[in-house]
Amino acid sequence: MSEMTPIGQPLLEVRNLSKNFGPVQALNDLTMMVRAGEVVALAGDNGAGKTTLIKAISGVYQPSSGEILLQGKPVSFASPQEARDIGIETIYQDLALADNLTIGANIFLGREPMRRAFGFLPVLDRAKMAEAAKSTMALLDFHVSRLDAPVSNFSGGQRQAVAIGRAVYWNAQILIMDEPTAALGVPEQRKVIQLIHQLKAQGRGVIFISHNLQDIFAVADRIVVLRRGVQAGERRISETTHDEVVKLMVGG
Amino acid sequence: MTSPPAATSHVAPQADHADKARTVLQRVADLRAWLFLAFLIFGFEIWSRLSFGGTFLFNPFNIQSIAVFAVAPLLLATGQTFVIISGGIDLSMGFIMGLAAVVAAHVINWLTPGLGFWPAVLLGSLVAVAVSAIPGFINGLLVALLKVPPFIGTLGMFGVARGVAFLLAGGTTVPVKNEVFAALGNGKIYGVPYIILVTAVFVLVMHYLLGQTRFGQHNYAIGANAQAARRAGINIKWHLLRLYILSGMCAGLAGVLYAARFSAGAAQAGEPLLLDSVAAVVIGGASLFGGSGTILGTVAGAFVIAVIQYGLVFINVAPFWQFISVGVVIIISVLIDQAQRRFSGGRQSE
Ligand SMILES: Nc1ncnc2c1ncn2[C@@H]1O[C@H](COP(=O)(O)OP(=O)(O)OP(=O)(O)O)[C@@H](O)[C@H]1O
Ligand SMILES: [Mg+2]
Repeated sequence: MSEMTPIGQPLLEVRNLSKNFGPVQALNDLTMMVRAGEVVALAGDNGAGKTTLIKAISGVYQPSSGEILLQGKPVSFASPQEARDIGIETIYQDLALADNLTIGANIFLGREPMRRAFGFLPVLDRAKMAEAAKSTMALLDFHVSRLDAPVSNFSGGQRQAVAIGRAVYWNAQILIMDEPTAALGVPEQRKVIQLIHQLKAQGRGVIFISHNLQDIFAVADRIVVLRRGVQAGERRISETTHDEVVKLMVGG
Repeated sequence: MTSPPAATSHVAPQADHADKARTVLQRVADLRAWLFLAFLIFGFEIWSRLSFGGTFLFNPFNIQSIAVFAVAPLLLATGQTFVIISGGIDLSMGFIMGLAAVVAAHVINWLTPGLGFWPAVLLGSLVAVAVSAIPGFINGLLVALLKVPPFIGTLGMFGVARGVAFLLAGGTTVPVKNEVFAALGNGKIYGVPYIILVTAVFVLVMHYLLGQTRFGQHNYAIGANAQAARRAGINIKWHLLRLYILSGMCAGLAGVLYAARFSAGAAQAGEPLLLDSVAAVVIGGASLFGGSGTILGTVAGAFVIAVIQYGLVFINVAPFWQFISVGVVIIISVLIDQAQRRFSGGRQSE
């Protein structure tokens, strides 16, 4: 896994990326960049190519052409696992948590720490998992008292925090979220926006897709608007307005 | 991972109360099999004192008979617990047990003249357990690689194992001519039958495997959310393959102990036990939807069934009441599971 990139330095670059599914050109010559400590929102109408873009970045799809650079070095992934191994983590909409397991067990799912009981018997190191859960969640300013409860006991926003916490624990540099607030109530949406602020403060890069301009203006530094697979525009949030973004999305 | 957390709001502290109530309820539900068991034993104790002034619980003969009675269903049920937690079911275990009993009988008979009593017993038992891994392996291939639903795949294996077992047994029971095997199957040490000791050790190992290892942890994760497990990098196919081999071998061990106890192999040895094993798991608190269950719960579940079956005979009630009582306990268990599921699932669906 790579070193943390200094805040403001380029973390991830996408250059002239295209992806077609047979005759369908889902992405066409797209270029964008994410810096360390920067939140980039992807916006665009349905079918604009947002999901295709993040799937190409996270190793789900192989690009048809173009390149992806992480900290200046070209990378390519045969699987999402490979992308994750070098620090690009995707938070899936359906969260990918095992509801019956604790926060710690979810953070360590698939890479559980072991210890030796009685000096010889390998057993799961639950204390270590609980400890990591506690410190990671605290890092996200999310204070849990119930470290032995299954995550099904927590609310949607809390569960989102667990999924993000897992990525943070494994030191993800880039977090990608496809509509992280879509399934949540208003207070929970706020909490997720706060989580994204935390990730930014920690110097990570965040890419998130949202149809909610409110959310985008609340947390993003920049917005990249897609339209039918091409980049329709890119703006700094501080220098644009809802109206302008909507115009870019619909074209006109 | 070193930057300090910024000052922000606190997450819903009022949720903690509800969480505690929920956890207490979960604990009670988790312990339901032990509560059933205590209730049943208490009931039989009262009944036997009132009706003939004797004791039920404090008679070592009763305890031992119940334990011996529980051995085979419990062995099947421990394997079944793993499978059910993973979200599957293994319907073939009963006949894999019969197959293993027949194989053990044949191999021991075949080896005894050449090798002597002890080597024949050891080798024969090993071969029988190893053979039981074959149908388990095929179940695993069907479920893991060919994506056959476990209910269907293992139902097919139910038929195949049954047929093979009866063919090997020539349609009858196969008596074992080896006095060491018989002695082991019926012998005791300090009053405790060997087969109970073997079972107890095995159950402890399975308890460890489920509760303390990655294999067990992944089993829970797969049962709750297979997609999440896959995304976390868990090799689900490989896990399921080993899982069904494990359940096949549990049945194999049950078959060997059966053959030792009765000094005979019979294809139908496990036939009535399959449903008991599923019932034990369900009474023990596992959900047939997968994701929950424990070996200790299953132990209690198996004893609930054994106590009902033995106790009703003990107090001289027509044996058909067994079916009714076990059935009622299963239904109550499932109702508790569903109530609990609704209660703790409420948040998720919001
Ligand atoms: N696997 C696929 N096979 C064929 N076509 C696809 C595939 N995935 C996406 N597409 C097409 O590519 C285009 C972009 O789809 P994509 O899912 O990236 O859009 P989106 O911006 O995420 O839309 P939404 O806002 O609805 O989620 C669409 O025309 C879609 O039909
Ligand atoms: Mg999409």
